[in-house]
Amino acid sequence: MADNIATDLSAAGPGAVGARVPRRGARTGPVAEAVLIPLGALVVSLLLFGAFVATARVNPLDVYRYMVIGSAGSWFSFQNTLTRASPLILTALCTALPAQTGLMIIGGEGAFVIGGLAAIAAGLPVAGAPPVVVQLVMACVGMGAGAAWIAMAGALRHWRGVNETISTLLLTYIGIALLNHMVEGVMRDPASLNKPSSYALPDADMISLIPGTEVHWGLVYGIAFCVVAYILMFHTTFGFAARMVGGNPRAARLAGLPVGRIILAVTALGGAAAGLAGMVEVAAVQGRASATLAAGYGYTGILVAFIARQNPLAVIPVALLFGGIGASGGLLQRRLDLPDASVLVLQGIIFVVILASETLFGRFRIFRQRER
Amino acid sequence: MSHHIVVPRRTVLAGLGGTALASSLPLGIARAASDAVVGFIYVGPRDDFGYNQSHAEGAAALKKMEGVKVVEEERIPETVQVEQTMESMINLDGAGLLFPTSFGYFDPYILKEATKYPKVRFEHAGGLWTDKDPKNIGSYFGYIFEAQYINGIVAGYASKSGKLGFVAAKPIPQVLQNINAFTLGAKLVNPKATTQLIFTGDWSLPVKEAEATNSMVDQGIDVITMHVDSPKVVVQTAAQRGAMICGYHCSQAKLAPEAYLTGAEWNWTGLYPKFVSMWMKGESIPNFYRGAFKEGLIKQSPYGPKVSDEARKRADDVKAKLTAADYVIFKGPLQDNTGKTVVAAGSELIQTNATDEQLESMHFLVDGVMGSLPA
Amino acid sequence: MPDAAIGWWGVPLAVAAGAVRAGTPFLFVSLGELLTEKSGRINLGQEGTLVMGAMSGYGTAYLTGSPWLGVLVAGFVGSMFGALHAGLCTLPRVNDIAVGIALMLFGTGLAFYLGKPLIQPQAPMLPAIALGAWSHIAAVRDALRINALFIVGAALAPAIMWALRSTRWGMIVRMAGDSADAARAMGYSVNFVRFAATVTGGFLAGVGGSFLSLYYPGSWSEGLSSGQGIAAVALVIFARWSPMNCFYASLLFGGAGALGPALQSVGISSGYYLFNAAPYFLTLFIMILTSSSEHRLIGAPSELSITR
Repeated sequence: MADNIATDLSAAGPGAVGARVPRRGARTGPVAEAVLIPLGALVVSLLLFGAFVATARVNPLDVYRYMVIGSAGSWFSFQNTLTRASPLILTALCTALPAQTGLMIIGGEGAFVIGGLAAIAAGLPVAGAPPVVVQLVMACVGMGAGAAWIAMAGALRHWRGVNETISTLLLTYIGIALLNHMVEGVMRDPASLNKPSSYALPDADMISLIPGTEVHWGLVYGIAFCVVAYILMFHTTFGFAARMVGGNPRAARLAGLPVGRIILAVTALGGAAAGLAGMVEVAAVQGRASATLAAGYGYTGILVAFIARQNPLAVIPVALLFGGIGASGGLLQRRLDLPDASVLVLQGIIFVVILASETLFGRFRIFRQRER
Repeated sequence: MSHHIVVPRRTVLAGLGGTALASSLPLGIARAASDAVVGFIYVGPRDDFGYNQSHAEGAAALKKMEGVKVVEEERIPETVQVEQTMESMINLDGAGLLFPTSFGYFDPYILKEATKYPKVRFEHAGGLWTDKDPKNIGSYFGYIFEAQYINGIVAGYASKSGKLGFVAAKPIPQVLQNINAFTLGAKLVNPKATTQLIFTGDWSLPVKEAEATNSMVDQGIDVITMHVDSPKVVVQTAAQRGAMICGYHCSQAKLAPEAYLTGAEWNWTGLYPKFVSMWMKGESIPNFYRGAFKEGLIKQSPYGPKVSDEARKRADDVKAKLTAADYVIFKGPLQDNTGKTVVAAGSELIQTNATDEQLESMHFLVDGVMGSLPA
Repeated sequence: MPDAAIGWWGVPLAVAAGAVRAGTPFLFVSLGELLTEKSGRINLGQEGTLVMGAMSGYGTAYLTGSPWLGVLVAGFVGSMFGALHAGLCTLPRVNDIAVGIALMLFGTGLAFYLGKPLIQPQAPMLPAIALGAWSHIAAVRDALRINALFIVGAALAPAIMWALRSTRWGMIVRMAGDSADAARAMGYSVNFVRFAATVTGGFLAGVGGSFLSLYYPGSWSEGLSSGQGIAAVALVIFARWSPMNCFYASLLFGGAGALGPALQSVGISSGYYLFNAAPYFLTLFIMILTSSSEHRLIGAPSELSITR
């Protein structure tokens, strides 16, 4: 009986993506489909991008070569990719997790910024304590602030019917304005004359690099968060309830699920992820909060979430892909004279093609589950 | 008190040799070790008619030099990305000298990279290098406010209403120096001149810049200048409304030939070839290099058609004195626009190669500026 | 005629002038989005369309010397993007909100890429009609210096309202938006109606974008749009899907944007970041006030995915 409801849910529409509960012994079909179709879409996107640069009289093969070199051609490039992917892994969760409950949240950038701001505000007063304590405090405060920011949108959606896509978008603009206001006003370090920013975190308190690499621990936090989120969403009753809310809200309500509380919890979780990313940016990279905190990681995170089809585990490889694309952008600029916007075009093409490929799911007979 | 540090010739040559080594890379990208590679990093587009273009023009001058290869990347934000770009240029292109041109690149990115690559030279526009910082960083900047002072003088003559306007991005000392110098120059000519100040909040916000310009002209202001990354919008909007313009960063005369009075320009095309040939010969580039008219780091745009002969003469006069280092702009007693004395009688804020604390941390608006600063 | 300075009166006048100037792109994009949403589809990609319109309009005007041709080409490019959006959405299982976000990113990236050579050159600008030449106050003259596109937009609002209410086409569009089943039952292809509405919406958004680059601020650069396309989508909700309300709301948003600099020019200069964020605060506030969980988004076309 439960299986039937599950498969009904998976046919219900956008929010149900990823809610398919596979029959035991027949997992290969949907899993293969979930991997091969996006992979195919990526190949098509790369071909389209190649055609695009060919119109600018650039050899597509050169482009592919430099993309590989720039993202994974050496230990240095690969670390570049990893560093760029770290914030994306977390900000993608801000879209992917609420999507499981049917909410389309795109406010990751706002939660990121607010999380970073709150983290430094909390970290500076306790800067004398042992670094572990400082980082713990900053992480908790950053996550809490990000969680509150997005849960606000979730609450508005559930109790006031305010569309969460628009509200989180607006909240992002408001969040960035708040960041600028604080960093140039109340929180400004008078010594940061020509680049207004908050006071700096002492070097001892900053998140360190993973030994033997140039990559900071933020990457590990992100991966850990994704794994935990995946287990939560797909292997616990809470996760099942949340996905039911996403697949069929009316059925969920009829079944007596506390929809409001679930929405609050999931949006808070997504916001906490983005807030943690903000904290990591402050504590591992920049050392202080300034206007450059709004670097667009939140927006790219939306892309990552969609291409990962809102699956927390798939977010990790997709974030690496985008990290790699970003890492190779510099080489494309310097060697091929391609403007930096070409990376944006590639990302846009990938996004559009992946979305279009959604329609191919369920169409190919080879992937169809065998009838029992 | 200057901070000349002698970089041993050995180190520089070793650095150049090191880049040759780094150029034999995996995956078969061999680079000719015969060219010295210089890397440029811009925060915005190279052709923005403003800050980035001024540096790009300097880079263009380098491209004409023998044995120099220039690699450029633009639109690199002030985040960890610039760190990665620098590493990419050093590791994959074999760059031995880098010019990361945006102010915000210095801390922590350049500091980190310089410690990591002691054999690579980093030249930063505007950073405040101190003794505690790595020795392979050089910090250079021009006191462009001298040219803004001349702008002010010309504006003072040209303005019929005595009301001037300044569109600024953020209230940081380098911007405030410009605002104050502009106002002082105008007041030299017309003691009752006022400068209306509007902050847009960020370095490149075209709609806000246009709004600010329009609201200034509404207030009767007829000469406008600016300190934003790309003055193009302000220049065009002001010219459209019939106001006159003093330019900044580089010459915008092409955009509004009739309305353009003069402009404060960078002269990186003069400086960069000098630095690069010093570097290539193994000479030490000073860690801390500042200059103005005298050192040729800045220049004034040619006067436009609306500048009267009297104005030209006066401006040239003052410019000559500045070039001879015979003139002080910020001379006490100086009051700010709240009535407080900010420069005491008898003391002066002098632009030299030294760090004049008061100059570098300026946080006041002189009397005559209409506007206020955050606390 | 000597200009009279006007002190504090400068603020409301500047806001009024800014309302017209900055409100025009909002006006066009929101009217376009309104049409699209009335047919039952939401197009979040208007931001990308706006930026593409600005770039292509500027480029065309520069290459051909005619700003009006630039406006037309911008509209055409916008309609192409609208067609892309509509085409993608007709594929089964494709979510229109996601497509909108994708096109927003794609359109912006493509515009920046193609627009690189356009940053420096100057294109001819759209002319303005000096309706205020009689005044000897600069601010009044400026406030009444109105661009022809604004007049077109201002006429468009009541025209669309009339068309939706009283013509057969308007009724078909509304039916596709309120009840797709009923429209199908009457023999109309819902997909085609939505396609047409999205293409028209894209055309208008492209025109709105060309206003930015060809009149105010009148230049092409990558910071040209400060989210007007997205704000316009919020604006339509704010205006409760009424064309006349879109008109007034556009003026409101434009004026709010002009408030910051206007206040600074009379001496109030702290907190300008918060002032600049005023339109977004306003929209959020209004959205909260006008929504409720029972009557979800009063006036929304029932087929619109964001209401379900």
